[in-house]
Amino acid sequence: MFFPISHSHINPVYLVLVGFLVGILGGFFGVGGSFIVGPALRLMGVDWNYAVGTDLAHIVGKSIVAARQHRTLGNVDLKLGLIMAIGTIGGAEGGAQLIQVFKRAGNVNTVVSWVAIFVYLSISIFMLWESQKTLRLGKRLSPRKPSGVKDADLRTDHSAFGPVTKKIQGIKIWPMISLPTSGIQEISLWIILLVALVGGFFSGFLGGGAGYIRMPSMVYVLGIPTHLAVGTDLFEIIISASYGTFTHAIKGNVDILIALVMHTGAVIGAQIGVVATQYFAGPKIRLAFVPLPLIGVAIVIYTLVSGHKL
Amino acid sequence: MKKDSAKSLRVFAIELAIYAVLVTAYFFLVLHLLGNWLYQLETKHRILYAVVAILLIAGQAVVLDAVTTVLFRLLRRRWR
Repeated sequence: MFFPISHSHINPVYLVLVGFLVGILGGFFGVGGSFIVGPALRLMGVDWNYAVGTDLAHIVGKSIVAARQHRTLGNVDLKLGLIMAIGTIGGAEGGAQLIQVFKRAGNVNTVVSWVAIFVYLSISIFMLWESQKTLRLGKRLSPRKPSGVKDADLRTDHSAFGPVTKKIQGIKIWPMISLPTSGIQEISLWIILLVALVGGFFSGFLGGGAGYIRMPSMVYVLGIPTHLAVGTDLFEIIISASYGTFTHAIKGNVDILIALVMHTGAVIGAQIGVVATQYFAGPKIRLAFVPLPLIGVAIVIYTLVSGHKL
Repeated sequence: MKKDSAKSLRVFAIELAIYAVLVTAYFFLVLHLLGNWLYQLETKHRILYAVVAILLIAGQAVVLDAVTTVLFRLLRRRWR
């Protein structure tokens, strides 16, 4: 099939399958999946600028489907999502500006690659340690459940990092707000904005929606239950990715026809991913999340070693 | 339990097959008709193209989500 906007020939079945795969990941983990879509489009000969912009457009559609499904399960905190969207957009602009600084200095690829390796590895190692410790603690403290009972309990999501999260929630910097949907009585608005700003910054600096940073941050720093963090992250991604799509489309980096085809697969994938979250407890979702940033590390190391941009 | 899982899987497979037929028709009809118009828009009116792009992907998300939900509900009722 010929896509005239990006001047590329791509098999639509390939696009639907890629969409299906990242749809499952998005619905289950609340991530955009840009670390897969970008290289997958690049493999088909789509230019990087189109790969990045088109991926963002496809993320908008996929996140709408997944967030709607999560909302019906009660997994979206609208108030938190709207506040975070403001911080994310601000942070994304900051990250993009820093990219320009390194571009002018002539070492953008090296710096971004090493920062990406460090950040992705840190997230994986930390989440592996935390989720395993939490699962071990849970096994010791709670009796075995009878088989066939759904494992997920939304409002009682435990974490071995919980005491640190409690201390962060105890920081009293005005204005303090409550997030009843997420079960948080009081938290400083500035902490939420800071978490969103950092997520947005990495989105602008490393590309994609940065769900691999925002979802864990929401769980460990803000103390949001994992299921709600996944759903709220998806809702927030709708806003920030729409903004990204708009700015990229104006710059001529979006082939909406590719995004529309890819999205048809993502619809089914996202629904499967959302339903699957019902059958896993928070620590198990976090443990399953661990390989995702490692895929990103592998891709970055490959580009560093081979000199190719995939 | 096993019987329920098998039934769910069968319903899902049928849903997937119907969905694939609908999507194929969609490729040929909608994308073929829109392709040239979107290409012209992208080269001549970038801001309008950006707005249309977001509306199209959001609209498709809502429509396809509704289609899959209705399909799943109908098939489940039929196989119950």
